[in-house]
Amino acid sequence: MSNTRQAEASSRWRAPVIFLLIVALFVLEGTTRNALFSGSWNSALAILNMGLISAVMALGVNMQWGYAGLFNAGVVGFLALGALGPVVISTAPVQGAWAAGGPRVLLALVVGLGTLAVATQVWKRVREPFNFIAMPAVLILGFVLYRMIFDPAVMAIEANNSASAGNIGGLGLPVLLSWPVGALFAAAAAWGIGKVALGLRSDYLAIATLGIGEIIVAVLRNEEWLARGVKNMSGIPRPVPYELDLQNDPGFIAKAASWGMDVSTASGIWVKLMYAGLFGLVLLALILLAEMALKSPWGRMMRAIRDNETAAAAMGKNIKGRHLQIFVIGSAVIGLAGAMMVTLDGLLSPGGFNPLRYTFLVWVMVIVGGSGNNWGSVLGAVLIWFLWIKAEVWGPELMNLVTMPLPDGSLRQHLLESAPHMRFIAMGLVLLLVLRFAPRGLVPEK
Amino acid sequence: MDILNAIVAILNFVVIPAAAYGAQLALGALGVTLIYGILRFSNFAHGDTMAFGTGLVILVTWGLQALGISLGPLPTALLALPIGIALTSVFVLGTDRTVYRFYRKKKSEPIIFVMASVGVMFIMNGLTRLIVGVDEIRFDDGARFLINVQDFKAWTGLAEGLAFRVSQAITLVVTALCCWALFRFLNRSRSGKAMRAYADNEDLALLSGIDPERIVRLTWIIATALAVTAGTLYGLDKSFKAFNYFQILLPIFAAAIVGGLGSPLGAVAGGFIVAFSEVAVTYPWKKIATYLGFQPEGLLQLLSTEYKFAVSFVILIVVLLFRPTGLFRGKAY
Repeated sequence: MSNTRQAEASSRWRAPVIFLLIVALFVLEGTTRNALFSGSWNSALAILNMGLISAVMALGVNMQWGYAGLFNAGVVGFLALGALGPVVISTAPVQGAWAAGGPRVLLALVVGLGTLAVATQVWKRVREPFNFIAMPAVLILGFVLYRMIFDPAVMAIEANNSASAGNIGGLGLPVLLSWPVGALFAAAAAWGIGKVALGLRSDYLAIATLGIGEIIVAVLRNEEWLARGVKNMSGIPRPVPYELDLQNDPGFIAKAASWGMDVSTASGIWVKLMYAGLFGLVLLALILLAEMALKSPWGRMMRAIRDNETAAAAMGKNIKGRHLQIFVIGSAVIGLAGAMMVTLDGLLSPGGFNPLRYTFLVWVMVIVGGSGNNWGSVLGAVLIWFLWIKAEVWGPELMNLVTMPLPDGSLRQHLLESAPHMRFIAMGLVLLLVLRFAPRGLVPEK
Repeated sequence: MDILNAIVAILNFVVIPAAAYGAQLALGALGVTLIYGILRFSNFAHGDTMAFGTGLVILVTWGLQALGISLGPLPTALLALPIGIALTSVFVLGTDRTVYRFYRKKKSEPIIFVMASVGVMFIMNGLTRLIVGVDEIRFDDGARFLINVQDFKAWTGLAEGLAFRVSQAITLVVTALCCWALFRFLNRSRSGKAMRAYADNEDLALLSGIDPERIVRLTWIIATALAVTAGTLYGLDKSFKAFNYFQILLPIFAAAIVGGLGSPLGAVAGGFIVAFSEVAVTYPWKKIATYLGFQPEGLLQLLSTEYKFAVSFVILIVVLLFRPTGLFRGKAY
């Protein structure tokens, strides 16, 4: 890795130029209407908002990969755990759900975690040959006990008003409060998986995180008592006003008229701008913190560990401990992005958590932007997100152009229909080209 | 009689499906483990290689069916398989030439190879979507059952039926043949010995005049052949859906690590261990317990089938915790 990270002379104008390029793309999307751009500020701002959230994800991945060289292939899982935050904290409480089985579910989860803790202690404390019997016995006993408490509780909760609720319900607290909670959920999972997989060879962490990602998404899909599973959890409160309320507000109608816009467009843009401001603030605060951390002695230590583990270990640095620390922090940032994402959507839809979109696309963002450089990953994230969204439109346009000479047959039809999938190929090519010809990304690490 | 019924039920719902699934995993894990042993990285594109190859096999199968060619009771896909393998191998060798060789020459870290394989994964995933789409496709033709439930009940007079599908039988036979051929190749032939030597000690192998590029090409071709075969058998047995092939990556990695990355024998054993645990843990044992004279209250299902990936994950974690080199002492550096 060291040979790809050597500081080379790179222009300090790179980041501003890419920033201006991105601004230009968004302005084009907002103002011009042609085959490539939609000419709607609503669409441009929608892309920008998700781009800012992607930037937060990219920051998290960049901490893990750029600072420490850890390959997290389960970004989608940590994102989904973060997304659970707003559901648990800020959705309205469900009448009767807590009484039906709330305490019992909590007890079951405590029993489950307690079993794991006791099992680890038994494994460590009991003498050699006996622990091979004692630990599985503890695990089996704990599992049976857990299922005995958990199953009836879940049945009771899911039976409660199952048509419109059937879940445990939230606490009804403000949604902004749920963002750090989402981050905390992701951090807890990262601690568990990091404990097991860190310190082994690097691809084991990748494979283990790939697994935990799949499992977390499976849990969200199937545990209906928690967040209604594939029935989707809607009604997540917003930190900003609703478009409909704005459209009925005389003050806003007057303002929209003074801007010369019709009320529905103006309300959409207004709400999206408020979201953009909120996400922008979070992003800026994170970058600031990350930059400060990276310039501190701690940051120098992290880079020293990444560039030469053996030397850093010889200097008395605790490699595994530092790796665990950065892995947990990075996952917490990814969880925060997940909480922000469901807040923006107002909906948790576990069916949509696709690893290609939420794990590997974030990886493309970080690699293209410049791993190890916070500004680079952020710019890469917004740029790649813009291209990803627009490629769905550009792909068919391009295919239409390419297949012009073909007769209007089933082959042309098939090619046109599957053209939106071309963006996967495009992203793969972008990743491979950057990895090969500019391994330090668009905005390289200083 | 009830004992017999219980045995038949176990065979029907656990042993036969798990054996077929295990065989498919074993073939996939063999490919992963070979690439790991020779090229020294975990190939994340393996699942999509399976999907891509199977997609091509489906296209060729449709072509053959349109020409009116079939294998009678056997699925036409078996005839299309060699063509699918050849086409996929050409593509995979192309990716090696354009992507991986550069990093091999530079002696990059394994994790850079993994990253590059993610890029290849994206491209193959996109191509698969472009060629055959994302919908579920069934492409098995020919006879469906070797033994079907009604006939079995009529023959034996048991209450419990037993089904043995042609696709399952083909899976087991083809896997046995592949393993036999592969192990014979690795242990007896000159090229196979060269491959093992290269995997054991690269420098010594180079000293004794082994051409590394040839070994690498051979590895890719063998791994691709195994992957496409595994993918086609999986598709015949269940159905073809591109996304399922991405998801099967996890059990395949688990199988390869359980056996010990780099150990072909371990990969086969790992495939069956993962498959049998997965099926045993997600199967509701109530019926069998009833035959054996118990009156269970619940379904006696340890985990619902949606969590089958959790089983491979737990196996993976247990192995990583207690024996990172795997059962058959693979490499763990």
